Amino acid sequence: MAVLRNVTAAAALAFAASAAHAQVSDGVIKIGVLNDQSSLYADLAGQGSVIAARMAVEDFGAAKKGMKVEIVSADHQNKPDVGSAIARQWYDVDKVDAIFDVPNSGVALAVNQITRDKGKALIVSGAATADLTGKACSPNTVHWTYDTWMLANGTGNAIVKTGGDTWFFLTADYAFGHALERDTEAVVLKAGGKVLGKVRHPLNTQDFSSFLLQAQSSKAKIIGLANAGGDTTNAIKQAAEFGIVKGGQNLAGLLVFITDVHALGLNNAQGLILTESFYWDYNEQTRAFAKRFAAADRGVHPTMVHAGVYAGVLHYLKAVQALKSDDGAKVIQKMKEIPTDDPLFGQGRIRQDGRKVHPAYLLEVKKPSESKYPWDYYKIRATIAAEQAFRPEKDGGCPLVK
Amino acid sequence: MPEIFGVPTQALFGQLLIGLINGSFYALLSLGLAVIFGLLNIINFAHGAQYMLGAFCAYFLLNKAGVGYWPSLVIAPLAVGAFGMLIERTMLKQLYKLDHLYGLLLTFGLALVIQGLFRNEFGSSGLPYPIPEAVSGSRDLGFMFLPNYRAWVIVASAAVCVGTWFVIEKTKLGSYLRAATENPALVQAFGINVPRMITLTYGFGVALAAFAGVMAAPIYQVNPLMGADMIIVVFAVVVIGGMGSIMGSILTGFGLGVIEGLTKVFYPEASNTVIFIVMAIVLMFKPAGLFGAQK
Repeated sequence: MAVLRNVTAAAALAFAASAAHAQVSDGVIKIGVLNDQSSLYADLAGQGSVIAARMAVEDFGAAKKGMKVEIVSADHQNKPDVGSAIARQWYDVDKVDAIFDVPNSGVALAVNQITRDKGKALIVSGAATADLTGKACSPNTVHWTYDTWMLANGTGNAIVKTGGDTWFFLTADYAFGHALERDTEAVVLKAGGKVLGKVRHPLNTQDFSSFLLQAQSSKAKIIGLANAGGDTTNAIKQAAEFGIVKGGQNLAGLLVFITDVHALGLNNAQGLILTESFYWDYNEQTRAFAKRFAAADRGVHPTMVHAGVYAGVLHYLKAVQALKSDDGAKVIQKMKEIPTDDPLFGQGRIRQDGRKVHPAYLLEVKKPSESKYPWDYYKIRATIAAEQAFRPEKDGGCPLVK
Repeated sequence: MPEIFGVPTQALFGQLLIGLINGSFYALLSLGLAVIFGLLNIINFAHGAQYMLGAFCAYFLLNKAGVGYWPSLVIAPLAVGAFGMLIERTMLKQLYKLDHLYGLLLTFGLALVIQGLFRNEFGSSGLPYPIPEAVSGSRDLGFMFLPNYRAWVIVASAAVCVGTWFVIEKTKLGSYLRAATENPALVQAFGINVPRMITLTYGFGVALAAFAGVMAAPIYQVNPLMGADMIIVVFAVVVIGGMGSIMGSILTGFGLGVIEGLTKVFYPEASNTVIFIVMAIVLMFKPAGLFGAQK
């Protein structure tokens, strides 16, 4: 009897193994949204990204197609160690198949490595560092929405071309700020501009007056804000107080989200030039998305990070469906093979280095008198075509690119 | 131009002044904490949340009722102070006989609840609050542009700090308060209503936090997390100054603002840790703090 039992068990195991080979692990596709849910990046990503992921699963019609999709979420508190611990727990214990969003480049770089080690999938929307598709690129990672190179190329170029040729950087002192400063500096120098100085402030700084004084005494024409979220809004607000713009210097918000503009109010934000890859008021489809999103997120309109999570989940599910598997590296490879097509970013593709390409928009914040309805904040100054918006594949130093 | 460690002296004056301005927020907040701890023996971890409530109160007054900054400077502390007294009457009162830790836990929990509720409702990006007309603009001091509002902040908070110190240390009312902490039973026997005095004192400490919140609203965003970011630093200030020492917390508040300001010039990366380094050093040599009495 014992022999029979062992044989049955072995057969069952073998069967299970072969069945799993071409199937979704444990029958459920589990998506983890990992981001800042409580601090300075919680509005531009946070719960909004979870809502966006849920909308994508709904719109994909997962239930109708017989796919079981679950969404979990967690707060990484902007700490790489906390983010890493959650990612490991999710992959090892909770059977999460793919992690989405991960704003804060420091956390994203850590989770990028863990995802690669565990053979899972990471689709980044919130993090900015272009290193994710450069020297840190991975066959398990797609970088969807935007990156520091795109921002520098869009905003930096536009400003240098209109005469802003001397710069002073206010930089958030971690991976993201450093990457954004580096990429913008390259653009400025290439266009014949000069960098007169830089100062690095800790993440989540309340008072910028001291840094602003340093920027003021540098006499640079442009003060480049290589930071994000609450850091950017505080810096812009206090710059107005210190009469920086009245004194003839201009601010360049290198990464400004629509939630930041909303928080500042048009009075403080008007005239800012910025680059984004999504604006809710762009066409019928984006407006329809924004309307649904706002209804679910206390009236807040979606940022490009939310849009990226939505489109990323949609494309991920398409790849899983085509492949009939949720194996990390294989799904990411499939995502690169299928052209992307979604209501928010239109048609595009994912390159071998993991970079999703789509057009970027150079935007200007409207004057209060030009804004006709709630969240009517931007004028589109220029559209940068998909192939020019991102760093050429060969320049990134990604080993996956042959 | 003369320089100190590569920084022009003129720029340095500017930074010193900025440091003093930030220090005035530390002073106002740590003063409230010192008053509450000195007289009630409660470590009020809800102080940051109460500071935030002050700012939000000003925001609501402006946007829902059209009440401007100047009346808010009085109304918001009164309202938040009353809320504080309610907390004291209903919750804190039960804890006086227990260890400090219970008060700390209760107020810490309260802070988390209040901040969580506000974050859910208003998000984390904050809400704009304009600088009042009368003190908008800035003036050229020769070595720096000083926004008029910041000048007002430094004057107002110095006045409030000195006023509070004077009342507690130099007046009859203050002497009752101090006596009540030493020996409540005896003071009660003299016909003074000690429980009511304690409630009012807590309300006053909370009102100080709310006052600082209103002062901060036009400079920083009105943000549910503004107090959470601040409270840790302010506790460090109180510890360095010596728990419960009124003058100690005022002087340390201003002093540490200056130290932090200078760090922002010479080594900005460390500007959010320098206060804790100072705290570690001070505690090594004077465990009771710079102005604290050794018990």
